[in-house]
Amino acid sequence: MASDTAAGASKTAPAAPTSRRSVTGTRRTVAALFLLPALLLLGALVVYPIGYSVIRSFYDQSGDGFAGVDNYRALFTDDGIRTALKNNVIWVVFAPTVATALGLVFAVLTERVRWGTAFKLVVFMPMAISMLAAGIIFRLVYDQDPDKGVANAVWVGVHDTFAQSSAFPKAHPGRESPLEPAGGGAFITKGTVSAGDTVTLPLVGVAPDLMPDDAEPAAAPKPEGDRITGTAWQDFTRGKGVGTLNEVDASELGYARMRIEAVKDGEVVETAEAGGDGTFSLSPKADGAHLRLPASNFAAPYNGLDWLGPSLVTPAVIGSYIWMWAGFAMVLIAAGLAGMPRELLEAARVDGANEWQVFRRVTVPLLAPVLAVVTVTLMINVLKVFDLVFIIAPGSSQDDANVLALELYRKGFSEDQPGIASAIAVLLLLLVIPVMWFNVRRLRREVRR
Amino acid sequence: MRRTSRIIRIRRSPDHRVTTPRTRAAARAAAALAAGVLAVSLTACGGGDDDGDDNDKGGGTGDTGTTVTLPKLDGESLEVAAVWTGAEQANFKKVLAEFEKRTGAKVTFVPAQDPIINFLGSKVAGGAPPDVAMLPQPGAIKQAVEKGWVTPLGAEATKELAENYSQGWQDIGKVDGKQYGVYYKAANKSLIWYNTKVFEDAGAAEPKTWDELLTAAQTVYDSGVTPFSVGGADGWTLTDWFENVYLSQAGPEKYDRLARHEIKWTDPSVKEALTTLAGIWGKKDYVAGGASGALQTEFPASVTQTFTGGGQPKAGMVYEGDFVQVNIAETEAEVGTDAKVFPFPAVGDAPPVVSGGDAAVILKDSEAAQALATFLASPDAAGIQAKLGGYLSPNRNVPNSAYPNDVQRKMAKALIDAGDDFRFDMSDQAPQAFGGTPGKGEWKALQDFLKNPEDVAGTQAKLEADAAAAYGN
Repeated sequence: MASDTAAGASKTAPAAPTSRRSVTGTRRTVAALFLLPALLLLGALVVYPIGYSVIRSFYDQSGDGFAGVDNYRALFTDDGIRTALKNNVIWVVFAPTVATALGLVFAVLTERVRWGTAFKLVVFMPMAISMLAAGIIFRLVYDQDPDKGVANAVWVGVHDTFAQSSAFPKAHPGRESPLEPAGGGAFITKGTVSAGDTVTLPLVGVAPDLMPDDAEPAAAPKPEGDRITGTAWQDFTRGKGVGTLNEVDASELGYARMRIEAVKDGEVVETAEAGGDGTFSLSPKADGAHLRLPASNFAAPYNGLDWLGPSLVTPAVIGSYIWMWAGFAMVLIAAGLAGMPRELLEAARVDGANEWQVFRRVTVPLLAPVLAVVTVTLMINVLKVFDLVFIIAPGSSQDDANVLALELYRKGFSEDQPGIASAIAVLLLLLVIPVMWFNVRRLRREVRR
Repeated sequence: MRRTSRIIRIRRSPDHRVTTPRTRAAARAAAALAAGVLAVSLTACGGGDDDGDDNDKGGGTGDTGTTVTLPKLDGESLEVAAVWTGAEQANFKKVLAEFEKRTGAKVTFVPAQDPIINFLGSKVAGGAPPDVAMLPQPGAIKQAVEKGWVTPLGAEATKELAENYSQGWQDIGKVDGKQYGVYYKAANKSLIWYNTKVFEDAGAAEPKTWDELLTAAQTVYDSGVTPFSVGGADGWTLTDWFENVYLSQAGPEKYDRLARHEIKWTDPSVKEALTTLAGIWGKKDYVAGGASGALQTEFPASVTQTFTGGGQPKAGMVYEGDFVQVNIAETEAEVGTDAKVFPFPAVGDAPPVVSGGDAAVILKDSEAAQALATFLASPDAAGIQAKLGGYLSPNRNVPNSAYPNDVQRKMAKALIDAGDDFRFDMSDQAPQAFGGTPGKGEWKALQDFLKNPEDVAGTQAKLEADAAAAYGN
């Protein structure tokens, strides 16, 4: 077997110099001399820091007292570290698989289009951007304000095609208003109206610049026989406050197209819509009813998703990671695809397999080694993810987006807890080792093949 | 957490929304490295030429308008570490240049990163601490003293300090009765900035009391503008809000005791302050973007969104210290005409004066380091930087006329007039893990409170639990 011969070779290799030592006498020293620079560098830059971290993780905050396993106990009791652990699991499960899956799809599809190379170039491009720059880009993409964040701009755009927002989102009754909140955002008159009445429905809170274009200066209600007439308007004059309280002043604007409902015993008996000057009129049927301004008048504009809020921040950051690394997966998989024997695909097609079956039963199994390498490489990469989370998550949700590498940094450099930080580093090392081991074994087998 | 310099640093970036303190920290680290390398090469090959030049100039300016006598320090070299960047750093370097001129010493500015105490820790561990460092928090000075990193000020510097500083400003630079720090720079954190146009449109007036503030806010709201902008993504803006309300409402004595964690955060006075705060934070449509929007708004954006958009900005008022003007300068608004300021209104008997600042401490004792501390304690040094703007000095012998504009003069006057009645930022006095870490302790608790202002008791319980863990009592 391959492994036997390899092991045999490695066993005999050191034996040879031993046997020859007596002849030349210098072989071993020469070998040591050649290895020395590499060993020194490795020792100073890799082995020593690892060893020191391990030792440091058993000491307390100041580094003077031996702390035993206290720092490791903190790994499982500290809330911040537990969130970080949980998020790391989410990262390791989703980020590499989704990135690899997307990479596979891109690789297979670009093989079939004429401009495949150009497409690959575009998908691979994010890899040329540093994590830091990508983080800054995505901090903007996920911005809450739809005018800045493209994610919310798209989301709000889609939402608003189906549900319109109203013209008066912030309108509300001012001081000593005849209106009171009716729950759910609606407002209702405190008293009832009777036939022949004129009513005023003053509201405040809409800036003149934001009034609908067809709003005209408000007109005081005029009695119209038996009918109930009224005015709904913005009882606020620029620079003068409310002017005459609860009365129509010259420069105040009517609430054009405000809907008014007459409600009797909980049932709507009549509805009306205000004109440009805010006046409306109801038939005597509304006698004895309360007038209600339904909540639909005041629906706040949809503000999109809270991408960087506590619940969505981790998926959002993973999204940005995938944007960066799907291209990397694609390029590696495409290389594997290029080396795949075409006859097998042809044979499958000749045997009557459709494209999906060819992909599922031939391409994917043949690519399995490459897919595994890509996934595992990404897993190692994901375990140490730091910059994206550090930059994209705003301070208020950094705790919810926390990952081990970030927590390590925070514990070590901003909370001055080097002991715990070292313990996290050791934990990260332990987590990476099995994946590394798998990768190394895999590589070795590949080489031997 | 320190904020004066952090804030001022932000203005360098064209788009502040994305420049979080974290990215800056990274950039600063790189800059520090580069500067360090540069400094080494400069000191290595910068020859006697420079020194000769400095000598000549030193002779020239040393005689004119000086209030402090400094020794001749030809051939000496000093390193000064501070977290300042951008214009703030450039202005401070002018002060250092003046020192070089007068003494002939060579001073190198070492850009540090937040928290500077940890930066110094690694420098001390590496055996090469800077000679002088600017520490922002009294807690950091205490920590540095306990670790034996800093040496007390000499007689010269102490004398200069006593001449120019009120007792209160001297005392916060003391540890166990010994003078360690010179508060070179101060921040007045009891200010509310407002958009003049919004106030004019609404017919609102500058409030003097909390009730008047609420009335003004309601008037602004009625006019169709959201009253307040809160930079909730940065936890320290929230702790500053709380500190002003608490200092004014509960009084300085309780403030000091809470700062030392001698009373618990579950105290009724904390409940009262949080409830008062909820009167603004918890009111529908009073905070720009709502609670979740505010929690994603970093401090610089909270300022710029208040002063852009003409008469229809995202908000009418924004609370924070004097350094807000630096961010206003990024917008088209003019400080003094489009953007005005009023002192934080009195919630209790007296209006609060919460301050912050940066103190120079000596890490490597030498004649030159002592001379620099003396210089920084003198009105000469403060006067230079005061003229350049964006800076307040707690030095009472700096003439008010040294400040470049009315708003600056107003803020400086308020600070000096407060005498010893000011209180230092509470979260800056707390252990870092409680008062100065993003996503932890007080920052996080108040962010959660902004999100859910009804949960006063839960917030108190969380604050107390975190404080107990951080203070270790």
